[in-house]
Amino acid sequence: MSVDGPSYFLASLRRRMPAPIRLRELIRTIRTARTQAEEREMIQKECAAIRSSFREEDNTYRCRNVAKLLYMHMLGYPAHFGQLECLKLIASQKFTDKRIGYLGAMLLLDERQDVHLLMTNCIKNDLNHSTQYVQGLALCTLGCMGSSEMCRDLAGEVEKLLKTSNSYLRKKAALCAVHVIRKVPELMEMFLPATKNLLSEKNHGVLHTSVVLLTEMCERSPDMLAHFRKLVPQLVRILKNLIMSGYSPEHDVSGISDPFLQVRILRLLRILGKSDDDSSEAMNDILAQVATNTETSKNVGNAILYETVLTIMDIKSESGLRVLAINILGRFLLNNDKNIRYVALTSLLKTVQTDHNAVQRHRSTIVDCLKDLDVSIKRRAMELSFALVNGNNVRGMMKELLYFLDSCDPEFKADCASGVFLAAEKYAPSKRWHIDTVMRVLTTAGSYVRDDSVPNLIQLITNSVEMHAYTVQRLYKALLDDISQQPLVQVASWCIGEYGDLLLSGQCEEEEPIQVTEDEVLDVLEGLLASNLSTPVTRGYSLTAIMKLSTRFSSVNRIKKVVSVYGSSIDVELQQRAVEYNALFKKYDHMRPALLERMPIMEKTATNGPSEIVQTNGEAEPSAVEAKHPPPVAQPANQANDLLDLLGGNDVVPVIQTSMPTKPASAGGELLDLLGDLSLSGPAPAPSVPSSQPPFLLDGLSSQPLFNDIAPAGIPPMIAYNKNGLKIDFTFERANPNPNVAVITIHATNSTESEMTEFVFQAAVPKTFQLQLLSPSSNVVPALNQGSVTQVIRVLNPQKQQLRMRIKLTYTHKGSPVQDLSEVNNFPPQSWQ
Amino acid sequence: MRFLLLFSRQGKMRLQKWFMPLTEREKKKVMRDMMMLVLARPPRSSNFLQWRDLKIVYKRYASLYFCAALEEHDNELLALEVLHRYVELLDKYFGNVCELDIIFNFEKAYFILDEFLMGGEVLETSKIAVGVSMEEADTLQEVQYKLSKTFGHWSFSHYSRSCCVISRRWRST
Repeated sequence: MSVDGPSYFLASLRRRMPAPIRLRELIRTIRTARTQAEEREMIQKECAAIRSSFREEDNTYRCRNVAKLLYMHMLGYPAHFGQLECLKLIASQKFTDKRIGYLGAMLLLDERQDVHLLMTNCIKNDLNHSTQYVQGLALCTLGCMGSSEMCRDLAGEVEKLLKTSNSYLRKKAALCAVHVIRKVPELMEMFLPATKNLLSEKNHGVLHTSVVLLTEMCERSPDMLAHFRKLVPQLVRILKNLIMSGYSPEHDVSGISDPFLQVRILRLLRILGKSDDDSSEAMNDILAQVATNTETSKNVGNAILYETVLTIMDIKSESGLRVLAINILGRFLLNNDKNIRYVALTSLLKTVQTDHNAVQRHRSTIVDCLKDLDVSIKRRAMELSFALVNGNNVRGMMKELLYFLDSCDPEFKADCASGVFLAAEKYAPSKRWHIDTVMRVLTTAGSYVRDDSVPNLIQLITNSVEMHAYTVQRLYKALLDDISQQPLVQVASWCIGEYGDLLLSGQCEEEEPIQVTEDEVLDVLEGLLASNLSTPVTRGYSLTAIMKLSTRFSSVNRIKKVVSVYGSSIDVELQQRAVEYNALFKKYDHMRPALLERMPIMEKTATNGPSEIVQTNGEAEPSAVEAKHPPPVAQPANQANDLLDLLGGNDVVPVIQTSMPTKPASAGGELLDLLGDLSLSGPAPAPSVPSSQPPFLLDGLSSQPLFNDIAPAGIPPMIAYNKNGLKIDFTFERANPNPNVAVITIHATNSTESEMTEFVFQAAVPKTFQLQLLSPSSNVVPALNQGSVTQVIRVLNPQKQQLRMRIKLTYTHKGSPVQDLSEVNNFPPQSWQ
Repeated sequence: MRFLLLFSRQGKMRLQKWFMPLTEREKKKVMRDMMMLVLARPPRSSNFLQWRDLKIVYKRYASLYFCAALEEHDNELLALEVLHRYVELLDKYFGNVCELDIIFNFEKAYFILDEFLMGGEVLETSKIAVGVSMEEADTLQEVQYKLSKTFGHWSFSHYSRSCCVISRRWRST
């Protein structure tokens, strides 16, 4: 080395710069920091030192520096600049370097970044290394964080190692193979030959990992499952040996030999025995043996029993065995250990569908668990209780559940309330009981009740004709007590609006009728309008209720005054309603009684979820006024959209354009007009839904904000239609926050010499999709490409299926109407993936 | 198992092992959520809770919380045994392990974990085997270091052969 020259200079620099501090010292120093700011300062200083050390390409201290970096990363500080250094460490020959390098790779590298692919070659070399610990490191890293590309490249090496006689490597290779299969399922076949004699190993580590590998293969492929069924006798034998064998200090846990292996074998048996009589038969004995002989004083024994119970319930076991299993679960329920009670409730929840009667026997214990202090147990007990409600025990169970609803934490209330409603609907012994239960829920947990239960309840009340007087009376009394719970208030004001006359007349048979005057009732309703506790929706309900009472009460003047006052309300919704009602008083007074008549009975088409409300009442209502006053005014605004038809796969009926969301009140009328427009389904503007299409519900899309949430996703636009001078382009965006919604904007241009007027674009999608068409920018497509008509379509694609669409175009061109149907199949994959 | 976290009562992360791919941001969020959920649990509650679609199993050992996330079909009671076994392995290796051992020797804690679990599954069920592997690997590391001090850089194969000889001698004593 010459005395002058760059290398000497650098070397002298190195001598002058102090060696980077050791890991321990760094940890000690950082722990002395008294504040977050102090710690941050230390870390920044050290990071700077490490960075410059990395820049010098110093091999000696790289390992130490990366280790320090990993420590700082664990504290939460960024460490991405160490990624390449980890790769250099992996490539080093020193075992220490490799150890830290692989650890760093597992902590800092991410399979989403391309950097990790640089590891592939190193791992490949290390998989063939002469030292088993290096091979082990490589297998471990690949098995924990290998990406699909890496797995594809290295699967061959892993398969080779799976066949080695070195049990240390074999067990690691087995779990690595599991990871490869999880990432790249197609490679599963490749590992099949190596599994041939995996189970004849004596080494428990290899046995355990082999069982895991077999389980993974059987879960993923029915062919593999069928192939491995022949292993059942061998597995049974191994399990038997484990149970019968004497004490083995290596594998013993509280007197049980290798519980990890036992549980994994039980799980594999479960998969192999499911829906197969022969296999189930072969394992009956051993399952019974395990179930009866396992020591239950410690957690480990219960872990094995738990797995056994799950296996018994899943395979085709004989009934004696099943009873044994349920009894074990029953015993678990009475165990002092909370974990075991929790686990018992979870398993009972899984088996309640198939062995309902057996689980019913433990009902009282389960209901007692509702009073447990532990939150997790309470939740499971609640779910299980709902599953156990049936026609016989509904009164008793409901009492317990309502008591639970009163006293439980807020996090449970919403679920419990929904559960009560569902159960009450299915099993109510009488209408009065049903309404009482509903009232109880509304008054105790009213603010936690889900929004969609309000229309359901209203419908329930409407349909129980004989209970109207009783219901409205009870609701009125509840309102007097408390007006803070919005769902209660909404239902109550709707009822008072409908049945206020019954309230006045004191016709209630079920209980003592109350004496109330018109003014008192109107006071209450006006109070709701004015109160700060009422939400805008509630106010809407109250105003409409007051309006309805104008035909039922005699104090019409008072009502007129109220309505006109709100004609200048700041709330646009209220204002609109008030103005319309005002108009009703002034210009259409002759129609008022007919319009505000009693609501007809609504038919329910579905018992769960939002129901389809079909008007069976064919009362003549002038269609002109209809455009302004939708009869089901009390229902939430998007209900009108619920009546829109969505189409079956090959049906050609197009989707009706939705109304603009700012005018929900008039949507009902618009709907009826549109049905008239459809020349395909017949001209009659019948209010009932055409019976040939199953009614679908456009759920929720209309309530999402329309334009603020769209983020461009870089999907290429496409030409959907190009004929006779009319060209329609689709451009795509993906709507945040819902990635299943694709937003398509159509641009229609016209290259002919004359413009296309009355342009209407309609679209239909297969059943698994939901479609929403927003209003077009105009319905005239100017000639010679001078402008375009745009319209936004939102497609909900929860199943990520390929998008197909049929479009129907109608327009007038050069005086004559033109109609065309076309199918759009060339959607780019990014639009629906 | 989807991930395994060790954190102290004060919310300091001591070990994080991820068996599923997540971005840094997602990892940070998960860690925050876990700490919030687990540290808020009253003392005598069950060791299980539900979070998103995963079952969370946690156990407190002295000042450290061990928290594992399981998939739907995993056995929670067995997961408690897995956590316990890991603590036993740490204890055997460090001799009466305490939180400070894990802080100052976090890389060793990771190495032990990697000999016990891989890809979220149990790799070795024998208490002794894990200890032996750790010993041999540590020896390999030490011997390499000592040899490099004396003889400079040798090829790896030389190291490994000598290490095996030395480790065999150690085990027989």
